[in-house]
Amino acid sequence: MLRGLLPALSLALVLIAIAWLNPRAISYFGFNLMLNLAIPIALATIAQMFVIAGNELDLSIGTFVGFVGCVTATWLRDAPLIGVLVLLGSIGVYALLGALIHLRNLPSIVVTLGMSFVWQGLAILVLPKPGGKAPDWLLSIMSFKPPYIPFPILAALIIAAIVHFGLMRTSYGVILRGSGGNAAALRRAGWSLLRTKIVLFALTGLFGVLSGMALIGITTSADANIGNGYTLLSIAGVILGGGEFVGGRVSPIGAVLGALTLALAASPLLTFMHIPPDWQVAANGAILIIVLAARVLISRRER
Amino acid sequence: MLQAIADIVRLDGAEKHFGAVRALNGVDFHVGAGECVGLVGHNGAGKSTLMHMVAGTLRPDGGQIAVRGNAEVSYSVARALELGIRCVFQELSLCPNLSIAENTRINHPALKGFGWRRKAADLIRAKLDEIFPDHGISADDVAGDLSIGRRQMVEVARAFTLTSEPLHLVILDEPTSSLDAHTAGQLLSFVRRFVAAGGSCILISHVLGEVLQNADRIVVMRDGKVVAADAASAFDRDRLVAAMGGAEGHHKAAAEARKIEPGALKVRARPARQQDGTELVARAGEIIGLAGLAGHGQTDLLLAIFSAAARAKAGIEVTAPVALVAGDRQSDGIFAQWSIAQNIGIRSLARLRNGLLISPQREAELAELWKQKIGIRTPDMNNNIFSLSGGNQQKALFARALGSDAGIVLMDDPMRGVDIGTKLEVYDLVREEAAKGRTFLWYTTETEELDNCDHVYVFKNGRIVANLKRDELTEEKIIQSSFGDAA
Repeated sequence: MLRGLLPALSLALVLIAIAWLNPRAISYFGFNLMLNLAIPIALATIAQMFVIAGNELDLSIGTFVGFVGCVTATWLRDAPLIGVLVLLGSIGVYALLGALIHLRNLPSIVVTLGMSFVWQGLAILVLPKPGGKAPDWLLSIMSFKPPYIPFPILAALIIAAIVHFGLMRTSYGVILRGSGGNAAALRRAGWSLLRTKIVLFALTGLFGVLSGMALIGITTSADANIGNGYTLLSIAGVILGGGEFVGGRVSPIGAVLGALTLALAASPLLTFMHIPPDWQVAANGAILIIVLAARVLISRRER
Repeated sequence: MLQAIADIVRLDGAEKHFGAVRALNGVDFHVGAGECVGLVGHNGAGKSTLMHMVAGTLRPDGGQIAVRGNAEVSYSVARALELGIRCVFQELSLCPNLSIAENTRINHPALKGFGWRRKAADLIRAKLDEIFPDHGISADDVAGDLSIGRRQMVEVARAFTLTSEPLHLVILDEPTSSLDAHTAGQLLSFVRRFVAAGGSCILISHVLGEVLQNADRIVVMRDGKVVAADAASAFDRDRLVAAMGGAEGHHKAAAEARKIEPGALKVRARPARQQDGTELVARAGEIIGLAGLAGHGQTDLLLAIFSAAARAKAGIEVTAPVALVAGDRQSDGIFAQWSIAQNIGIRSLARLRNGLLISPQREAELAELWKQKIGIRTPDMNNNIFSLSGGNQQKALFARALGSDAGIVLMDDPMRGVDIGTKLEVYDLVREEAAKGRTFLWYTTETEELDNCDHVYVFKNGRIVANLKRDELTEEKIIQSSFGDAA
């Protein structure tokens, strides 16, 4: 029971620490600022969660987000049709990767590590030096200011609700998660494991595209390296959110909470703690280790 | 042909090879409507392979399969399900990360759309109520959190649930291996009702009494062939054992009394929930049985003794190194990526060491010694552990424990799903090792196995409720204590 609450607890802990260090941060404006990058991180985390649900790992999601960002800041603005086709095509590539990994029984870590260089290279081809500009409609979506609730929080709620419904409540979501829990049982019940793997990877591609577009909507221009940190952030977000690397145990709500926690712990908290920027990455890692260790201890006690 | 149409399924000359191994060597097999066919044979005799073919999970390399008189050319799982043929496989095939209702959904493509979750929950709950009236399982329970016995109950009940697909034949592969006598009885009487109502069933079991009492017809397999097939009434225990081969007249030896002199104290343990002063006491050279219904604290006590050997624990005294033979061998026993030799050597690393490293030569020697002694059937001990059949995997786990320096061997219902030939070999070995001064604590759900013990403690609700000496031991007494009030 406690274990299911852990993602929410760790987020609450980070929020309390921020409120204690700087009470003014807990406001409409403060959340908009602190959670500025939370939407793309949450979307990338959800993307990663889909492959993890099928016992795979995507090491290319970061450079893929960067590639999508470059396409968004160039073609999607200048030649929308080509831009849309390229983005749809990249989702198709993800689906093919899923098929390849299943059919040839390849380790996904190797395949996606290779793909990470492919995406990076393509991103540099599309946008050799930082620049470009996000399409206006995307800018206006991402700068939307709803009343009372800060936009990043509203977006996180919507993302979590949609994915939770799709993966945890629908009847095909059960099959997708089952493929990570006991693939042999699924095959014996007559389900196609090729199809589940393709669907999971395509969903990863879809949410990777959304993440890249959201990121450019916020930063307004792109850079081929813009998403590189997202690979590890997304994996940490899934695990922080109560997911496990094998066994099909994932939680969309937890993953979004994990992404928010990471987004807050990444820089606002550390800045408020007066930790110099040079040490922030290390401090961030330390926070991650503490939270994950707490999770292991709690689940061991509950067993 | 009338006979062919009355058959639910018929295989003619089915063959299957795995590399050089001939798993099935021209088998003719059929099941009629409203018939329960018992299928017996040693592990590795080809029973499971044959059932995989009937269920559509394996393609035969030769021969034909016909369902209701129609030859099936491209037979598959999906086709089998469409024709109403289902299988409960021996290895548990629930998804541990999903709830019971969700696991039910996996077997029923028709459970979808709005409200599927409630429909699935109602379906499995009703079936569990019907088969195991006092099951205590909720449709929202996550499969991985249930005990192995309850997982098996769910799996069996799931196979009998009905939606859009018909249900004519259910294959039950060792359906009672993790059930206690009470639930096993509930299941078998349900199977009889199902057959009486016109359904068909294939019952695979190593408990010969179950097959003799519940099957209409019995098919005996050996070395990939059918060696005997006849009405169940034409068989008795001895004839079955004789047909399976290799183990005749063996089991009587188990019943012979052993003279033992009580040796030095090895284990003294009080279950955590014991309120009176009753303790389990085991001395050198004794074989101690732990009996009672499944899941009443026997495994917990064994695990407590196991951890007390490493770190002192209140209420438990252990005076010698301990080894554990796990019952749930897939999750607690086997290192899936390792060879047979490595799986055996892991308990004895200190002895296998050469400086800082493990000596492959000593590891191979240990493995070879136990291959001979316990009769592990493999061409090469360096093969992966999964190249062995289930019974031989269990033998490897016994070799791991017996090959170690442990003076105390804890056995957690280790004979689940093991064929009778292997069992008898292991019983002999256990008695031989006990005569040399080793102590065995043996939890078992099969009352027959308790005949090998010098002393039996019966458990109920985590407590010892009876302490029976060998000469007082009867099945009635055990059942009486397991069901009686724990005063």
